[in-house]
Amino acid sequence: MIIDDEAASLVSLGMIAIKTVGLRKIYKSGLARKVEALKGLDLEIEEGETFGYLGPNGAGKTTTLKLILGLMHPTSGAAYILGKDSRTVGVRNEIGFLPEQPYFYSYLTAYEFLSFYSRLFDISNGSCRQRIDELLALVGLKGKGHLQLRKFSKGMLQRLGIAQALMNDPRVIFFDEPFSGLDPIGRKEIRDIVLKLKERGKTIFFCSHILSDVEMVCDRVGILVNGELKAVGRIDSLLEAKLKSVEIAFSGLGEKAKEKIRPIATRMLDQADKTLAVVPDRKAADQVVRIISEEQGSLISLTPIRETLEDIFLKEVAG
Amino acid sequence: MRKIQAIMINTFREAIRDRILYNLLLFALLIIGGSILLGTLTIGEQQKIIKDMGLASISIFGTLIAVFVGIGLVYKEIERKTIYNIIAKPVHRYQFLIGKYLGLILTLLVNVLIMTGVFLSIVYFMDGSVKLKLIEAIFLIFMELMIVTAIALLFSTFTTPTLSAIFTLAIYVIGHLSRDLKVFGAKSELAWVRHLTKFLYYLMPNLENFNIKGMVVHNLTLPANFTLLSSLYGLLYTGILLLVAIAIFQQRDFR
Repeated sequence: MIIDDEAASLVSLGMIAIKTVGLRKIYKSGLARKVEALKGLDLEIEEGETFGYLGPNGAGKTTTLKLILGLMHPTSGAAYILGKDSRTVGVRNEIGFLPEQPYFYSYLTAYEFLSFYSRLFDISNGSCRQRIDELLALVGLKGKGHLQLRKFSKGMLQRLGIAQALMNDPRVIFFDEPFSGLDPIGRKEIRDIVLKLKERGKTIFFCSHILSDVEMVCDRVGILVNGELKAVGRIDSLLEAKLKSVEIAFSGLGEKAKEKIRPIATRMLDQADKTLAVVPDRKAADQVVRIISEEQGSLISLTPIRETLEDIFLKEVAG
Repeated sequence: MRKIQAIMINTFREAIRDRILYNLLLFALLIIGGSILLGTLTIGEQQKIIKDMGLASISIFGTLIAVFVGIGLVYKEIERKTIYNIIAKPVHRYQFLIGKYLGLILTLLVNVLIMTGVFLSIVYFMDGSVKLKLIEAIFLIFMELMIVTAIALLFSTFTTPTLSAIFTLAIYVIGHLSRDLKVFGAKSELAWVRHLTKFLYYLMPNLENFNIKGMVVHNLTLPANFTLLSSLYGLLYTGILLLVAIAIFQQRDFR
Protein backbone atom coordinates (compact mmCIF):
# COMPACT_ATOMS: atom_id res chain seq x y z
CA MET A 1 0.00 0.00 0.00
CA ILE A 2 2.76 2.37 1.00
CA ILE A 3 4.67 1.50 -2.12
CA ASP A 4 1.59 2.20 -4.22
CA ASP A 5 1.17 5.60 -2.63
CA GLU A 6 4.78 6.40 -3.28
CA ALA A 7 4.46 5.35 -6.87
CA ALA A 8 1.34 7.44 -7.24
CA SER A 9 3.03 10.51 -5.84
CA LEU A 10 6.00 9.96 -8.14
CA VAL A 11 3.69 9.83 -11.10
CA SER A 12 1.93 12.97 -10.05
CA LEU A 13 5.28 14.66 -9.50
CA GLY A 14 6.27 13.66 -13.00
CA MET A 15 3.17 15.38 -14.35
CA ILE A 16 4.19 18.74 -12.93
CA ALA A 17 6.91 20.22 -15.09
CA ILE A 18 7.48 23.46 -13.22
CA LYS A 19 6.50 24.20 -9.67
CA THR A 20 7.32 27.07 -7.36
CA VAL A 21 6.49 27.15 -3.67
CA GLY A 22 6.44 30.51 -1.91
CA LEU A 23 9.23 31.76 -4.16
CA ARG A 24 10.38 35.09 -2.84
CA LYS A 25 13.17 37.51 -3.70
CA ILE A 26 14.18 40.65 -1.89
CA TYR A 27 16.77 42.91 -3.49
CA LYS A 28 18.89 45.06 -1.28
CA SER A 29 19.55 48.43 -2.81
CA GLY A 30 21.85 50.54 -0.73
CA LEU A 31 22.32 49.84 2.95
CA ALA A 32 18.81 49.96 4.33
CA ARG A 33 16.49 49.97 1.31
CA LYS A 34 14.93 46.72 0.29
CA VAL A 35 12.75 45.93 -2.68
CA GLU A 36 10.58 42.85 -2.71
CA ALA A 37 10.67 41.84 -6.36
CA LEU A 38 8.75 38.61 -5.97
CA LYS A 39 6.23 38.09 -3.18
CA GLY A 40 5.84 34.40 -2.53
CA LEU A 41 5.00 32.91 -5.91
CA ASP A 42 3.07 29.62 -6.03
CA LEU A 43 2.82 28.24 -9.53
CA GLU A 44 2.26 24.82 -11.08
CA ILE A 45 2.68 24.06 -14.74
CA GLU A 46 1.88 20.63 -16.09
CA GLU A 47 4.02 18.76 -18.51
CA GLY A 48 3.08 19.51 -22.11
CA GLU A 49 1.54 22.85 -21.26
CA THR A 50 2.39 26.13 -22.96
CA PHE A 51 2.30 28.76 -20.27
CA GLY A 52 2.40 32.50 -20.91
CA TYR A 53 3.89 34.49 -18.08
CA LEU A 54 2.70 38.05 -18.52
CA GLY A 55 3.29 41.29 -16.73
CA PRO A 56 4.41 44.85 -17.27
CA ASN A 57 8.10 45.74 -17.19
CA GLY A 58 9.49 45.40 -13.70
CA ALA A 59 6.74 43.05 -12.50
CA GLY A 60 9.24 40.34 -11.61
CA LYS A 61 9.02 38.07 -14.65
CA THR A 62 12.75 37.93 -15.28
CA THR A 63 13.40 37.59 -11.56
CA THR A 64 11.17 34.51 -11.51
CA LEU A 65 13.00 33.06 -14.47
CA LYS A 66 16.41 33.70 -12.95
CA LEU A 67 15.37 32.09 -9.68
CA ILE A 68 14.06 29.00 -11.46
CA LEU A 69 17.19 28.73 -13.62
CA GLY A 70 19.60 29.13 -10.72
CA LEU A 71 21.01 32.49 -11.81
CA MET A 72 19.90 33.95 -8.50
CA HIS A 73 19.33 32.55 -5.05
CA PRO A 74 15.79 32.94 -3.62
CA THR A 75 15.36 34.81 -0.34
CA SER A 76 12.91 32.07 0.61
CA GLY A 77 10.85 29.38 -1.07
CA ALA A 78 11.92 26.97 -3.76
CA ALA A 79 11.42 26.00 -7.38
CA TYR A 80 11.15 22.49 -8.79
CA ILE A 81 11.55 21.25 -12.32
CA LEU A 82 10.17 17.80 -13.10
CA GLY A 83 10.03 17.16 -9.36
CA LYS A 84 13.67 18.06 -8.64
CA ASP A 85 15.01 21.16 -6.91
CA SER A 86 15.84 23.56 -9.72
CA ARG A 87 19.13 24.54 -8.11
CA THR A 88 20.67 21.12 -8.70
CA VAL A 89 22.86 21.32 -11.75
CA GLY A 90 21.71 17.96 -13.15
CA VAL A 91 18.16 19.23 -13.60
CA ARG A 92 19.42 21.57 -16.30
CA ASN A 93 19.97 18.64 -18.63
CA GLU A 94 16.19 18.72 -19.11
CA ILE A 95 15.94 22.48 -19.62
CA GLY A 96 16.23 24.69 -22.65
CA PHE A 97 16.61 28.44 -22.21
CA LEU A 98 16.42 31.34 -24.63
CA PRO A 99 17.60 34.50 -22.85
CA GLU A 100 16.16 37.90 -23.61
CA GLN A 101 18.01 39.81 -26.35
CA PRO A 102 20.63 37.18 -26.64
CA TYR A 103 24.07 38.57 -27.14
CA PHE A 104 26.07 35.68 -28.30
CA TYR A 105 29.76 35.53 -28.98
CA SER A 106 29.84 37.50 -32.22
CA TYR A 107 33.28 36.22 -33.19
CA LEU A 108 32.04 32.63 -33.47
CA THR A 109 30.40 31.03 -36.48
CA ALA A 110 26.95 29.53 -36.00
CA TYR A 111 28.51 26.09 -36.10
CA GLU A 112 31.23 26.87 -33.52
CA PHE A 113 28.61 28.52 -31.37
CA LEU A 114 26.31 25.50 -31.30
CA SER A 115 29.15 23.07 -30.80
CA PHE A 116 30.30 25.12 -27.79
CA TYR A 117 26.90 24.63 -26.14
CA SER A 118 26.77 20.97 -27.14
CA ARG A 119 29.96 20.44 -25.14
CA LEU A 120 28.35 22.05 -22.11
CA PHE A 121 25.69 19.32 -22.38
CA ASP A 122 28.33 16.61 -22.71
CA ILE A 123 27.03 15.60 -26.13
CA SER A 124 29.63 13.43 -27.85
CA ASN A 125 31.45 14.86 -30.86
CA GLY A 126 29.96 12.28 -33.21
CA SER A 127 26.30 12.96 -32.49
CA CYS A 128 26.91 16.69 -32.07
CA ARG A 129 27.55 17.33 -35.77
CA GLN A 130 24.33 15.60 -36.75
CA ARG A 131 22.37 17.37 -34.00
CA ILE A 132 23.63 20.78 -35.12
CA ASP A 133 22.56 20.14 -38.72
CA GLU A 134 19.12 19.05 -37.50
CA LEU A 135 18.73 22.15 -35.37
CA LEU A 136 19.87 24.55 -38.08
CA ALA A 137 17.30 22.99 -40.39
CA LEU A 138 14.57 23.22 -37.73
CA VAL A 139 15.07 26.94 -37.22
CA GLY A 140 15.52 27.62 -40.92
CA LEU A 141 19.24 28.41 -40.89
CA LYS A 142 20.36 25.51 -43.04
CA GLY A 143 23.57 26.36 -44.88
CA LYS A 144 24.34 29.32 -42.60
CA GLY A 145 26.53 27.28 -40.24
CA HIS A 146 29.78 28.82 -41.41
CA LEU A 147 28.70 32.43 -41.14
CA GLN A 148 30.02 34.52 -38.25
CA LEU A 149 27.32 35.67 -35.83
CA ARG A 150 28.17 39.34 -36.38
CA LYS A 151 26.71 38.93 -39.87
CA PHE A 152 23.38 37.63 -38.57
CA SER A 153 20.21 39.73 -38.49
CA LYS A 154 18.24 40.03 -35.28
CA GLY A 155 15.67 37.48 -36.39
CA MET A 156 18.39 35.03 -37.39
CA LEU A 157 20.11 35.47 -34.02
CA GLN A 158 16.82 34.82 -32.26
CA ARG A 159 16.33 31.64 -34.26
CA LEU A 160 19.88 30.56 -33.52
CA GLY A 161 19.10 31.26 -29.86
CA ILE A 162 16.22 28.83 -30.12
CA ALA A 163 18.51 26.28 -31.75
CA GLN A 164 20.91 26.41 -28.79
CA ALA A 165 18.00 26.16 -26.37
CA LEU A 166 16.96 22.90 -28.04
CA MET A 167 20.45 21.41 -28.20
CA ASN A 168 19.76 18.83 -25.47
CA ASP A 169 16.23 18.03 -26.71
CA PRO A 170 14.84 19.47 -23.46
CA ARG A 171 11.49 18.58 -21.89
CA VAL A 172 10.99 22.04 -20.43
CA ILE A 173 11.80 25.17 -22.42
CA PHE A 174 11.98 28.75 -21.13
CA PHE A 175 11.62 31.64 -23.55
CA ASP A 176 12.33 35.14 -22.26
CA GLU A 177 10.68 37.76 -24.50
CA PRO A 178 11.20 35.74 -27.68
CA PHE A 179 9.33 38.26 -29.82
CA SER A 180 10.97 41.48 -28.69
CA GLY A 181 12.51 43.53 -31.45
CA LEU A 182 11.29 41.31 -34.26
CA ASP A 183 9.29 42.34 -37.32
CA PRO A 184 5.98 40.60 -38.13
CA ILE A 185 7.71 38.03 -40.33
CA GLY A 186 10.26 37.25 -37.65
CA ARG A 187 7.50 36.90 -35.08
CA LYS A 188 5.58 34.51 -37.26
CA GLU A 189 8.68 32.37 -37.78
CA ILE A 190 9.25 32.12 -34.03
CA ARG A 191 5.57 31.36 -33.46
CA ASP A 192 5.72 28.53 -35.98
CA ILE A 193 8.73 27.01 -34.25
CA VAL A 194 6.95 27.24 -30.90
CA LEU A 195 3.88 25.52 -32.32
CA LYS A 196 6.11 22.75 -33.69
CA LEU A 197 7.59 22.24 -30.23
CA LYS A 198 4.14 22.21 -28.72
CA GLU A 199 3.11 19.43 -31.07
CA ARG A 200 6.06 17.41 -29.81
CA GLY A 201 4.67 17.68 -26.27
CA LYS A 202 7.28 20.03 -24.83
CA THR A 203 6.48 22.15 -21.80
CA ILE A 204 6.97 25.77 -22.76
CA PHE A 205 7.25 28.69 -20.35
CA PHE A 206 6.90 32.04 -22.03
CA CYS A 207 7.77 35.45 -20.61
CA SER A 208 6.28 38.11 -22.80
CA HIS A 209 4.32 41.26 -23.09
CA ILE A 210 3.37 40.90 -26.73
CA LEU A 211 -0.09 39.66 -25.90
CA SER A 212 -1.38 38.85 -29.36
CA ASP A 213 1.40 36.32 -29.84
CA VAL A 214 0.86 34.81 -26.41
CA GLU A 215 -2.85 34.51 -27.14
CA MET A 216 -2.06 32.55 -30.29
CA VAL A 217 0.29 29.98 -28.79
CA CYS A 218 -0.37 29.61 -25.07
CA ASP A 219 -2.81 27.27 -23.30
CA ARG A 220 -2.69 29.04 -20.00
CA VAL A 221 -1.48 32.40 -18.78
CA GLY A 222 -0.52 33.98 -15.51
CA ILE A 223 -0.47 37.71 -14.99
CA LEU A 224 2.16 39.07 -12.65
CA VAL A 225 1.90 42.59 -11.26
CA ASN A 226 4.35 44.04 -8.74
CA GLY A 227 5.69 40.63 -7.84
CA GLU A 228 2.26 39.10 -7.21
CA LEU A 229 0.34 36.69 -9.39
CA LYS A 230 -2.97 38.45 -10.09
CA ALA A 231 -4.67 35.95 -12.38
CA VAL A 232 -3.99 32.46 -13.67
CA GLY A 233 -6.14 30.45 -15.99
CA ARG A 234 -6.74 28.92 -19.36
CA ILE A 235 -6.85 31.56 -22.05
CA ASP A 236 -10.20 30.37 -23.41
CA SER A 237 -11.89 30.35 -19.99
CA LEU A 238 -10.39 33.71 -19.09
CA LEU A 239 -11.75 35.14 -22.31
CA GLU A 240 -15.01 33.15 -22.47
CA ALA A 241 -16.14 34.39 -19.10
CA LYS A 242 -15.81 37.95 -20.20
CA LEU A 243 -18.20 38.69 -23.04
CA LYS A 244 -18.09 42.44 -23.50
CA SER A 245 -21.06 42.92 -25.84
CA VAL A 246 -22.85 41.53 -28.88
CA GLU A 247 -23.07 43.41 -32.16
CA ILE A 248 -26.16 42.74 -34.28
CA ALA A 249 -26.54 44.01 -37.82
CA PHE A 250 -29.94 43.89 -39.51
CA SER A 251 -32.03 45.51 -42.24
CA GLY A 252 -35.62 45.82 -43.43
CA LEU A 253 -37.16 47.16 -40.24
CA GLY A 254 -39.37 50.24 -40.03
CA GLU A 255 -38.89 53.04 -37.48
CA LYS A 256 -41.61 51.55 -35.26
CA ALA A 257 -39.89 48.22 -35.04
CA LYS A 258 -36.57 49.89 -34.36
CA GLU A 259 -38.14 51.71 -31.41
CA LYS A 260 -38.76 48.30 -29.82
CA ILE A 261 -35.08 47.46 -30.02
CA ARG A 262 -33.77 50.84 -28.83
CA PRO A 263 -34.38 50.32 -25.07
CA ILE A 264 -32.61 46.95 -25.09
CA ALA A 265 -29.52 48.15 -26.98
CA THR A 266 -26.75 50.18 -25.42
CA ARG A 267 -26.14 51.82 -28.79
CA MET A 268 -27.80 51.93 -32.18
CA LEU A 269 -26.30 53.14 -35.38
CA ASP A 270 -28.06 53.62 -38.73
CA GLN A 271 -25.85 52.93 -41.70
CA ALA A 272 -26.57 53.17 -45.44
CA ASP A 273 -28.30 49.83 -45.94
CA LYS A 274 -28.33 48.36 -42.44
CA THR A 275 -28.64 49.16 -38.77
CA LEU A 276 -26.14 48.19 -36.10
CA ALA A 277 -27.31 47.48 -32.54
CA VAL A 278 -24.90 46.84 -29.70
CA VAL A 279 -26.38 44.92 -26.76
CA PRO A 280 -24.68 44.08 -23.46
CA ASP A 281 -25.20 40.31 -23.21
CA ARG A 282 -26.51 37.12 -24.82
CA LYS A 283 -30.00 37.41 -23.32
CA ALA A 284 -30.51 40.86 -24.82
CA ALA A 285 -29.19 39.56 -28.11
CA ASP A 286 -31.83 36.80 -28.13
CA GLN A 287 -34.53 39.40 -27.54
CA VAL A 288 -33.34 41.58 -30.42
CA VAL A 289 -33.16 38.60 -32.78
CA ARG A 290 -36.75 37.66 -31.83
CA ILE A 291 -37.96 41.19 -32.57
CA ILE A 292 -36.21 41.19 -35.95
CA SER A 293 -37.87 37.95 -36.99
CA GLU A 294 -41.28 38.98 -35.62
CA GLU A 295 -41.12 42.25 -37.56
CA GLN A 296 -39.92 40.37 -40.65
CA GLY A 297 -36.64 42.15 -40.92
CA SER A 298 -33.52 40.30 -41.95
CA LEU A 299 -30.60 39.49 -39.70
CA ILE A 300 -27.25 40.23 -41.39
CA SER A 301 -24.79 39.30 -38.69
CA LEU A 302 -24.38 38.62 -34.99
CA THR A 303 -20.93 39.11 -33.52
CA PRO A 304 -20.06 38.45 -29.88
CA ILE A 305 -17.35 40.90 -28.78
CA ARG A 306 -15.11 39.24 -26.25
CA GLU A 307 -12.54 40.86 -24.06
CA THR A 308 -9.09 40.39 -25.49
CA LEU A 309 -6.20 39.25 -23.42
CA GLU A 310 -5.09 42.83 -23.58
CA ASP A 311 -8.25 44.08 -21.84
CA ILE A 312 -7.84 41.52 -19.06
CA PHE A 313 -4.17 42.37 -18.79
CA LEU A 314 -4.80 46.11 -18.54
CA LYS A 315 -7.51 45.59 -15.96
CA GLU A 316 -5.26 43.42 -13.76
CA VAL A 317 -2.37 45.83 -14.04
CA ALA A 318 -4.59 48.76 -13.09
CA GLY A 319 -5.70 46.73 -10.05
CA MET B 1 36.20 18.05 -17.58
CA ARG B 2 34.91 18.47 -21.14
CA LYS B 3 32.80 21.38 -19.96
CA ILE B 4 35.80 23.14 -18.40
CA GLN B 5 37.73 22.47 -21.59
CA ALA B 6 34.93 23.92 -23.74
CA ILE B 7 34.87 27.12 -21.69
CA MET B 8 38.67 27.28 -21.71
CA ILE B 9 38.86 27.04 -25.49
CA ASN B 10 36.07 29.56 -25.95
CA THR B 11 37.89 31.98 -23.62
CA PHE B 12 41.11 31.50 -25.53
CA ARG B 13 39.30 32.10 -28.81
CA GLU B 14 37.80 35.32 -27.52
CA ALA B 15 41.11 36.52 -26.04
CA ILE B 16 43.10 36.02 -29.23
CA ARG B 17 40.53 38.10 -31.10
CA ASP B 18 41.02 40.99 -28.68
CA ARG B 19 42.87 44.03 -30.02
CA ILE B 20 44.46 44.96 -26.67
CA LEU B 21 46.35 41.70 -26.75
CA TYR B 22 47.99 42.45 -30.10
CA ASN B 23 48.90 46.00 -29.09
CA LEU B 24 50.58 44.77 -25.93
CA LEU B 25 52.34 41.95 -27.72
CA LEU B 26 53.60 44.27 -30.46
CA PHE B 27 54.98 46.72 -27.91
CA ALA B 28 56.71 43.93 -26.01
CA LEU B 29 58.36 42.62 -29.16
CA LEU B 30 59.45 46.13 -30.16
CA ILE B 31 61.11 46.70 -26.80
CA ILE B 32 62.78 43.30 -26.80
CA GLY B 33 64.08 44.07 -30.29
CA GLY B 34 64.99 47.62 -29.27
CA SER B 35 67.29 46.25 -26.57
CA ILE B 36 69.80 45.48 -29.34
CA LEU B 37 70.02 49.18 -30.17
CA LEU B 38 70.28 50.20 -26.54
CA GLY B 39 72.91 47.54 -25.99
CA THR B 40 75.17 49.07 -28.64
CA LEU B 41 75.39 52.24 -26.56
CA THR B 42 77.29 50.43 -23.83
CA ILE B 43 80.71 48.86 -23.97
CA GLY B 44 81.07 45.29 -22.88
CA GLU B 45 77.69 45.21 -21.13
CA GLN B 46 75.62 44.64 -24.25
CA GLN B 47 74.51 41.10 -23.41
CA LYS B 48 73.50 42.15 -19.92
CA ILE B 49 71.36 44.99 -21.22
CA ILE B 50 69.65 42.73 -23.73
CA LYS B 51 68.90 40.06 -21.11
CA ASP B 52 67.78 42.60 -18.56
CA MET B 53 65.41 44.37 -20.90
CA GLY B 54 64.13 41.16 -22.45
CA LEU B 55 63.24 39.55 -19.15
CA ALA B 56 61.73 42.77 -17.82
CA SER B 57 59.59 43.13 -20.97
CA ILE B 58 58.25 39.60 -20.70
CA SER B 59 57.41 40.19 -17.07
CA ILE B 60 55.79 43.61 -17.46
CA PHE B 61 53.83 42.92 -20.63
CA GLY B 62 52.81 39.51 -19.37
CA THR B 63 51.40 41.24 -16.30
CA LEU B 64 49.59 43.83 -18.38
CA ILE B 65 48.05 41.13 -20.56
CA ALA B 66 47.04 39.14 -17.46
CA VAL B 67 45.40 42.18 -15.89
CA PHE B 68 43.70 43.82 -18.85
CA VAL B 69 42.64 40.84 -20.89
CA GLY B 70 41.89 38.81 -17.76
CA ILE B 71 39.60 41.31 -16.11
CA GLY B 72 37.65 42.08 -19.28
CA LEU B 73 36.83 38.50 -20.04
CA VAL B 74 34.80 37.60 -16.96
CA TYR B 75 33.20 41.02 -16.75
CA LYS B 76 32.15 40.94 -20.40
CA GLU B 77 30.37 37.63 -19.88
CA ILE B 78 28.34 39.17 -17.06
CA GLU B 79 27.82 42.54 -18.77
CA ARG B 80 26.67 41.03 -22.05
CA LYS B 81 24.67 38.41 -20.19
CA THR B 82 26.27 35.54 -22.06
CA ILE B 83 26.90 34.03 -18.65
CA TYR B 84 23.14 33.57 -18.14
CA ASN B 85 23.09 31.05 -20.88
CA ILE B 86 26.04 29.14 -19.49
CA ILE B 87 24.80 29.01 -15.89
CA ALA B 88 21.38 27.85 -17.16
CA LYS B 89 23.10 24.84 -18.73
CA PRO B 90 24.25 21.87 -16.66
CA VAL B 91 27.48 23.65 -15.74
CA HIS B 92 28.67 24.19 -12.17
CA ARG B 93 29.76 27.71 -11.42
CA TYR B 94 33.20 26.49 -10.42
CA GLN B 95 33.53 24.84 -13.84
CA PHE B 96 32.83 28.17 -15.48
CA LEU B 97 35.42 29.97 -13.38
CA ILE B 98 38.12 27.32 -13.73
CA GLY B 99 37.46 27.19 -17.49
CA LYS B 100 37.85 30.96 -17.73
CA TYR B 101 41.04 30.85 -15.68
CA LEU B 102 42.60 28.10 -17.76
CA GLY B 103 41.62 29.92 -20.97
CA LEU B 104 43.50 33.00 -19.75
CA ILE B 105 46.50 30.93 -18.73
CA LEU B 106 46.54 29.35 -22.18
CA THR B 107 46.43 32.83 -23.75
CA LEU B 108 49.31 33.95 -21.54
CA LEU B 109 51.27 30.83 -22.28
CA VAL B 110 51.05 31.44 -26.02
CA ASN B 111 52.06 35.09 -25.58
CA VAL B 112 54.95 34.33 -23.26
CA LEU B 113 56.15 31.66 -25.70
CA ILE B 114 56.10 34.17 -28.58
CA MET B 115 58.00 36.77 -26.53
CA THR B 116 60.43 34.11 -25.30
CA GLY B 117 61.01 32.89 -28.83
CA VAL B 118 61.98 36.36 -30.04
CA PHE B 119 64.02 37.08 -26.91
CA LEU B 120 66.00 33.85 -26.97
CA SER B 121 66.67 34.21 -30.71
CA ILE B 122 68.23 37.61 -30.07
CA VAL B 123 70.27 36.27 -27.16
CA TYR B 124 71.45 33.33 -29.27
CA PHE B 125 72.32 35.67 -32.12
CA MET B 126 74.42 37.91 -29.84
CA ASP B 127 75.87 35.30 -27.46
CA GLY B 128 76.05 32.22 -29.61
CA SER B 129 74.40 30.18 -26.83
CA VAL B 130 71.42 30.24 -24.46
CA LYS B 131 71.84 29.39 -20.80
CA LEU B 132 69.25 27.22 -19.08
CA LYS B 133 69.03 29.80 -16.30
CA LEU B 134 67.31 32.22 -18.67
CA ILE B 135 64.55 29.70 -19.28
CA GLU B 136 64.30 29.12 -15.54
CA ALA B 137 63.83 32.87 -15.04
CA ILE B 138 61.05 32.96 -17.67
CA PHE B 139 59.40 29.94 -16.07
CA LEU B 140 59.26 31.78 -12.75
CA ILE B 141 57.86 34.86 -14.49
CA PHE B 142 55.11 32.62 -15.80
CA MET B 143 54.40 31.31 -12.29
CA GLU B 144 54.05 34.92 -11.17
CA LEU B 145 51.64 35.60 -14.04
CA MET B 146 49.52 32.68 -12.85
CA ILE B 147 49.13 34.39 -9.47
CA VAL B 148 48.43 37.79 -11.03
CA THR B 149 45.76 36.23 -13.29
CA ALA B 150 44.13 34.54 -10.30
CA ILE B 151 44.08 37.89 -8.45
CA ALA B 152 42.48 39.59 -11.47
CA LEU B 153 39.91 36.80 -11.72
CA LEU B 154 39.13 37.00 -8.01
CA PHE B 155 38.41 40.74 -8.19
CA SER B 156 36.40 40.48 -11.37
CA THR B 157 33.97 38.05 -9.67
CA PHE B 158 32.59 40.87 -7.55
CA THR B 159 33.67 44.28 -8.78
CA THR B 160 33.93 46.42 -11.91
CA PRO B 161 36.81 46.13 -14.41
CA THR B 162 38.29 49.52 -13.48
CA LEU B 163 38.39 48.72 -9.78
CA SER B 164 39.65 45.20 -10.50
CA ALA B 165 42.49 46.62 -12.57
CA ILE B 166 43.44 49.13 -9.86
CA PHE B 167 43.29 46.52 -7.09
CA THR B 168 45.21 43.94 -9.07
CA LEU B 169 47.97 46.36 -10.07
CA ALA B 170 48.14 47.60 -6.45
CA ILE B 171 48.58 44.06 -5.17
CA TYR B 172 51.18 43.46 -7.87
CA VAL B 173 53.20 46.40 -6.58
CA ILE B 174 52.68 45.45 -2.92
CA GLY B 175 53.64 41.87 -3.79
CA HIS B 176 57.01 43.05 -5.01
CA LEU B 177 57.59 45.16 -1.92
CA SER B 178 56.16 42.84 0.70
CA ARG B 179 59.58 41.88 2.04
CA ASP B 180 60.04 45.54 2.99
CA LEU B 181 56.80 45.32 4.90
CA LYS B 182 58.26 42.62 7.11
CA VAL B 183 61.52 44.48 7.61
CA PHE B 184 59.67 47.69 8.41
CA GLY B 185 57.35 45.94 10.86
CA ALA B 186 60.19 44.20 12.69
CA LYS B 187 61.76 47.58 13.44
CA SER B 188 58.63 48.94 15.09
CA GLU B 189 58.39 49.10 18.85
CA LEU B 190 54.62 48.81 18.89
CA ALA B 191 53.38 45.24 19.21
CA TRP B 192 50.24 45.73 17.12
CA VAL B 193 52.22 47.24 14.25
CA ARG B 194 54.52 44.22 14.32
CA HIS B 195 51.53 41.85 14.27
CA LEU B 196 49.73 43.78 11.56
CA THR B 197 52.73 43.97 9.22
CA LYS B 198 53.44 40.29 9.82
CA PHE B 199 49.83 39.42 9.02
CA LEU B 200 49.89 41.52 5.84
CA TYR B 201 53.20 40.01 4.84
CA TYR B 202 51.72 36.53 4.93
CA LEU B 203 48.42 37.60 3.39
CA MET B 204 49.90 39.39 0.39
CA PRO B 205 51.66 37.38 -2.28
CA ASN B 206 55.42 37.60 -2.14
CA LEU B 207 56.12 38.13 -5.81
CA GLU B 208 59.85 38.62 -5.27
CA ASN B 209 59.94 34.83 -4.88
CA PHE B 210 59.59 34.71 -8.64
CA ASN B 211 62.14 37.35 -9.47
CA ILE B 212 65.54 35.90 -10.33
CA LYS B 213 66.12 38.27 -13.22
CA GLY B 214 68.98 40.14 -11.55
CA MET B 215 70.72 37.00 -10.42
CA VAL B 216 70.44 35.38 -13.82
CA VAL B 217 71.66 38.43 -15.71
CA HIS B 218 74.65 38.82 -13.40
CA ASN B 219 75.38 35.11 -13.34
CA LEU B 220 74.95 34.72 -9.59
CA THR B 221 74.22 31.31 -8.10
CA LEU B 222 70.69 30.71 -6.95
CA PRO B 223 69.93 29.21 -3.54
CA ALA B 224 69.34 25.46 -3.80
CA ASN B 225 65.75 24.43 -4.62
CA PHE B 226 64.76 28.06 -5.11
CA THR B 227 62.79 27.45 -8.29
CA LEU B 228 61.09 24.36 -6.87
CA LEU B 229 60.04 26.07 -3.64
CA SER B 230 58.86 29.18 -5.46
CA SER B 231 56.80 27.06 -7.85
CA LEU B 232 55.17 25.21 -4.96
CA TYR B 233 54.42 28.51 -3.28
CA GLY B 234 52.96 29.86 -6.53
CA LEU B 235 50.71 26.85 -7.06
CA LEU B 236 49.48 26.91 -3.46
CA TYR B 237 48.78 30.63 -3.52
CA THR B 238 46.98 30.37 -6.87
CA GLY B 239 44.89 27.47 -5.57
CA ILE B 240 43.78 29.46 -2.53
CA LEU B 241 42.91 32.49 -4.68
CA LEU B 242 40.80 30.35 -7.00
CA LEU B 243 38.98 28.74 -4.05
CA VAL B 244 38.11 32.18 -2.66
CA ALA B 245 36.98 33.33 -6.11
CA ILE B 246 34.76 30.25 -6.45
CA ALA B 247 33.26 30.78 -2.99
CA ILE B 248 32.33 34.38 -3.88
CA PHE B 249 31.08 33.45 -7.34
CA GLN B 250 28.90 30.67 -5.93
CA GLN B 251 26.97 33.17 -3.81
CA ARG B 252 26.58 35.74 -6.51
CA ASP B 253 23.21 36.76 -7.98
CA PHE B 254 23.22 37.63 -11.66
CA ARG B 255 20.83 40.55 -11.82
